[in-house]
Amino acid sequence: MTGFIARRAASAILLLFATSIVVFGIFEVIPSYNPARAIAGRNATPTTVAQVSEKFGFDKPIYIQYGNTMKLIFTGQIIDYQDNLNVVQQFGQRFPVTASLVVPAAILWMVVALVLGSLSALRAGRLVDRGLMVAAIVGVSIPVFLLAAVLLYAFAFKLPWFPNTGYVHFGDNPAQWAYHLVLPWVSIAVLSIGFYSRVLRSSALDVINQDYVRTARAKGLTQRQVFTRHVLRNSLMPIVTLFGLDFAALLGGAALVTETVFNLPGIGQYEAQAIGNLDVPPIMVGAMFTAFFVVLFSALSDVVYALLDPRIRITG
Amino acid sequence: MALDSPDDRGAAGVVVTAAPPDSMAEGRQPSAIGPWRLAGRRLRRNKVALFFLALFLVIVALCLLAPVYANDIAHIGPNTNNITGTVSVNGKQQDIVSLSGVPIGPTWGTHYLLGADTNGRDLAVRLLYGGRTSLLIGAIATVIIMVLGTLVGLLAGYFRGAVDFILRPLMELIWSFPVVILGVALGTALAIGGIGPVKGNSLYIPAFIIGVVYVPYLGKPIRGEVMRLRNQDFIDAARVQGMGPWRIMFSEILPNVSSTIIVFVPLILASSILLEAYLSFLGAGVQAPNASWGTLISDGLIYLQTTPTYSLIPGAMLVLTVLSVNVVGDGVRDALDPRAQVRVRT
Repeated sequence: MTGFIARRAASAILLLFATSIVVFGIFEVIPSYNPARAIAGRNATPTTVAQVSEKFGFDKPIYIQYGNTMKLIFTGQIIDYQDNLNVVQQFGQRFPVTASLVVPAAILWMVVALVLGSLSALRAGRLVDRGLMVAAIVGVSIPVFLLAAVLLYAFAFKLPWFPNTGYVHFGDNPAQWAYHLVLPWVSIAVLSIGFYSRVLRSSALDVINQDYVRTARAKGLTQRQVFTRHVLRNSLMPIVTLFGLDFAALLGGAALVTETVFNLPGIGQYEAQAIGNLDVPPIMVGAMFTAFFVVLFSALSDVVYALLDPRIRITG
Repeated sequence: MALDSPDDRGAAGVVVTAAPPDSMAEGRQPSAIGPWRLAGRRLRRNKVALFFLALFLVIVALCLLAPVYANDIAHIGPNTNNITGTVSVNGKQQDIVSLSGVPIGPTWGTHYLLGADTNGRDLAVRLLYGGRTSLLIGAIATVIIMVLGTLVGLLAGYFRGAVDFILRPLMELIWSFPVVILGVALGTALAIGGIGPVKGNSLYIPAFIIGVVYVPYLGKPIRGEVMRLRNQDFIDAARVQGMGPWRIMFSEILPNVSSTIIVFVPLILASSILLEAYLSFLGAGVQAPNASWGTLISDGLIYLQTTPTYSLIPGAMLVLTVLSVNVVGDGVRDALDPRAQVRVRT
């Protein structure tokens, strides 16, 4: 177990550095890119730009710039170039919003996908299964931003059931918090429900034909016991892997489209703005933040594997 | 029976798609049928997949006919502004863009069938040209992914050792970035600077970005399969015969992974078209004045309340296209390898 943690920590650190170098590198290849001009403001004189450039070290060689940026990130003093806000503080303030969006949406899509996928596998080939799988393939063919737009049009404009945009803090008013987040939750969940129920159905159908399932049935277990204890448990493996990656990406800001359309002040919206303004520090911090979650959840999904299947031992 | 619905595995979960050839049932000497012909026959029986294939071809044909529509029906190019012009609706002349800057909605006539945008451009013409852009980028990206992904998978899986040591972490790195974030960062950076001789607003830039971002999704499974194959006897036999590594890779291993590659083609195409829409929606894909379905949806969002067709018609075209590619992809997968489990994230 110690070996497992040590290996995962080592790979996490490597991945964090690799992602930060990639992001830094992407923006260094832009020929006309000059962050000093963004910081100095629109009407700055060339002297001011040069001063800013010197103050922030943009005139230094690229590896020194990279080193400085990383030092600022880890001391929590990094500021964005656009509004001179502290990036780490911004992430801290905005993370609860992203978590309010992503965590309930993840619960929603896992529960619905498990129910629909199991139902489909149990009734394979029947009408229910066909209907569900048609719905699933439609679900995976709709981009999130379009679904968000359609939901806004249908349930905020045409039928004014939900507020169109905005965010209310959970601490201020839990009911309003949920009320404002229903449409965003649904628009994130639909795509994953489609994917996960399809994956679950096909892996459950593979398991149903295994010998040990026949044995379980032969020894007199009920259909329900066979399905939950033997089939479902063994067909959850691919779902666990997918969930780890998707959940990590969304927590790290991959929900930027949903946050933009519904105007939710989360880290995805911050990253989307930063990308639009070519503001490197928030993008770097965001990429590293995501990489951290990816490593964390891939380690966690290995632990879940071992819990689901006792044949698997955690070795690292 | 099992082939008339996507992703069908038959009643008891038994894979019934691989039914024995018909000739055996009739008691005659079974004629030899290769796996490819067998798969083709299964696909031809899959009516749903064939229907969606036809739908996809119709959409492609419509988009290819965009210049004909622009020249002979709408009489306006996709990027032609017409802010001060008027159009006759039910015999009355109306401003294309009103004095307060609001563009006209759908006229359902030959001119401005779907209305105009803020520059007075014909949305129906832009819808077709935008579709051409979206499909073209999707197709180029798919070719890039197929070539690079296969090459990376073959090299890393066959040579292992040092080659794998370099290629695998590279793929892991791309893999662990959320596709949208990496794509948007690359797209914004390259839209400003371009790459070498390629200008920033070129269509090849989003195609190239999508190509890079999705390479691991093909490269990783191919690598795994090559690693399994290279330990088999027929590879040893080829080596003993004196075949070089490149010849073994391309004439011995490649045919054995080709069905996996083909199963991935529609999935990658659908994902590429979707990712292009994402990037364009976020301003990191197709650049003005060019249109794509993604940019049209994004432009129309502010008119969602007054003119919902602005966003929703390009959206419907996008969904229909991706849906038909996905259904055909399911059909191809069932026909070639009913047990394959493939998935591409967006």
